[in-house]
Amino acid sequence: MSGPAMYGLLAEFSSADALCAAARHARDNGYTRVEAYSPFAIEGLDDIVGADKGWIAPLTLLGGILGGAGTYFLQWYAAVVDYPINIGGRPLHSWPAFIPATFEITILGAAVAAVLAMLVLNGLPRLYHPLFEVEEFELASRNRFFLCLPARDPVFAPGPARDLLEGLHPLLLREVPA
Amino acid sequence: MSTPENADVLRPGWGYASVTDKIAGIVLTGHFGWRWWTAFLVASAGVCALLAAVSWLLVKGIGIWGVDMPVAWGFAIGNFVWWIGIGHAGTFISAVLLLLRQKWRTSINRFAEAMTLFAAGIAGLFPILHLGRPWFFYWLVPYPNVMNVWPQWRSPLVWDFFAIATYLTVSLLFWYVGLIPDLATLRDRAGQRGQRKSQVAYGLLALGWRGEARHWARYEWAYLLLAGLATPLVVSVHTIVSLDFAVGNTPGYHSTIFPPYFVAGALFSGFAMVLTLAIPLRAAFGLQDFITARHLANAAKVLLATCWLVSYGYLAEIFTSFYSGDIYERYMTINRFTGPYGPVYLAMLACNVLVPQLFWFRRVRHSAALLFVLSLVINCGMWMERFLIVVTSLHRDYLPSAWGMFYPTRWDWITLFGSIALFVWLFLLFVRFLPLISIAEMRELVRESAKGEA
Repeated sequence: MSGPAMYGLLAEFSSADALCAAARHARDNGYTRVEAYSPFAIEGLDDIVGADKGWIAPLTLLGGILGGAGTYFLQWYAAVVDYPINIGGRPLHSWPAFIPATFEITILGAAVAAVLAMLVLNGLPRLYHPLFEVEEFELASRNRFFLCLPARDPVFAPGPARDLLEGLHPLLLREVPA
Repeated sequence: MSTPENADVLRPGWGYASVTDKIAGIVLTGHFGWRWWTAFLVASAGVCALLAAVSWLLVKGIGIWGVDMPVAWGFAIGNFVWWIGIGHAGTFISAVLLLLRQKWRTSINRFAEAMTLFAAGIAGLFPILHLGRPWFFYWLVPYPNVMNVWPQWRSPLVWDFFAIATYLTVSLLFWYVGLIPDLATLRDRAGQRGQRKSQVAYGLLALGWRGEARHWARYEWAYLLLAGLATPLVVSVHTIVSLDFAVGNTPGYHSTIFPPYFVAGALFSGFAMVLTLAIPLRAAFGLQDFITARHLANAAKVLLATCWLVSYGYLAEIFTSFYSGDIYERYMTINRFTGPYGPVYLAMLACNVLVPQLFWFRRVRHSAALLFVLSLVINCGMWMERFLIVVTSLHRDYLPSAWGMFYPTRWDWITLFGSIALFVWLFLLFVRFLPLISIAEMRELVRESAKGEA
């Protein structure tokens, strides 16, 4: 293993505003891969760390289109091509009757796509993560806010990173082993 | 309204940590007390009765129920419509109120979604049991098969299958996605309490959620999209259920008012069930600070509004039948008042139209005990409505020689009450193992409330 022996440096803060300020400070100092952890979604923090949520909506749309088009095609194929039944000369391609199922599976396809896109883009499920080794990190799901400067960040160097975080007066500063 | 913005949705004095520990504590505490166990044992007995009734049904066939010609749809279909209606409020609260930015949804959406999931699941059982040969229910799924036949795409019953299956799946996804951050909280709380088994179980379900800002951004976006998708879905599901009736030409079924009337009835009964569940829950777990008088009063206002929508439906049905000039439609309406099921119809009008007028009074809206009683009255009223829609139209068909009556048998009653027991049983397990209020959203509310005071 030639990778870094350290995952990064982790600092703990007591408020959402302190975390936002710290994340902004780190970004201003050139850290592009800043990770900010909070027990709930903080408005505006995603812009500070540079979150990219651009793919979810198009993938959701794609899921909906695939679901809808597939279901309509299936009904058309079954009713017109594979098993046509002539009932009093009524049209085989009776499209209004095909709409309910098409609508439902459009929604289903879009919803499944939205959830899968969210999980896959977030790299979940991922049951193990180096941060879980830090005992205090479990407060990230309760009442504390954490900023992590990962070692894989191009500008990361242990000394300056530590100085930067200490300058923000965190409650706690931990080195996260890889 | 001059008080801080959220003071009546979340009482002041709560912080991130205390909110988290309070709600997570309900689940992680090892003992649940004699009340939970008593309720669980009673519900389990009911579930056993349901299992017995269903087993006997599988052995003997649906002849054990009161259904026969001409009333071939009895309790099973009525129960189905009733349950699926109850299952509408959860998604409505979660999705529609989220899109409308109603803050008061936060503390009631989680258990309302659970209610939706259980009610829709139970609803789905009834048409399957009613199939006669329930083990062939998968024939409704379009799959390549050696029989070389396809589902009948022009049948509302097939649309219904797609609607219910989609609704169940999307409700489950919506609920689970909402749970992920809370499952992570439970994982970490269980770890700190040294509850190793719980930590592993919640850890697996939490999928490794860490609360990173990029994750939250995608999560919130996906959740919003799900809400946007669930909103038309809610409306479509009961619409399609109503088409099961409205597409047929039976007097009393064949009506264009049915789709909106069914959706309004669904919200009416669903919100009634939300109150039926919320009021005991907040008392049992001391959640009066989270589920406040404001929540109950708002639900009462929704009930009042949907009561009028439903009443409009009743009125439109009566008007249309006379306006149509069709003797069968007219007879059906008169028969509803004066026929053999007349007392049920009048009782239904009392429960669904008359009694909810009490919600005009502020004192009623702010009395938890009274709201609980009224919610039960509305639940009964809505069940009677579903029963009457199904049965009265069938028992007096076009030909007087084909007229008949429907009398429920003991198996009908056992199945109905057994399904209620199953619902209670599932709900008791839910409050035992999962947080019944969204912890992450409550923390957000804490932050917003603190901002409002600053």
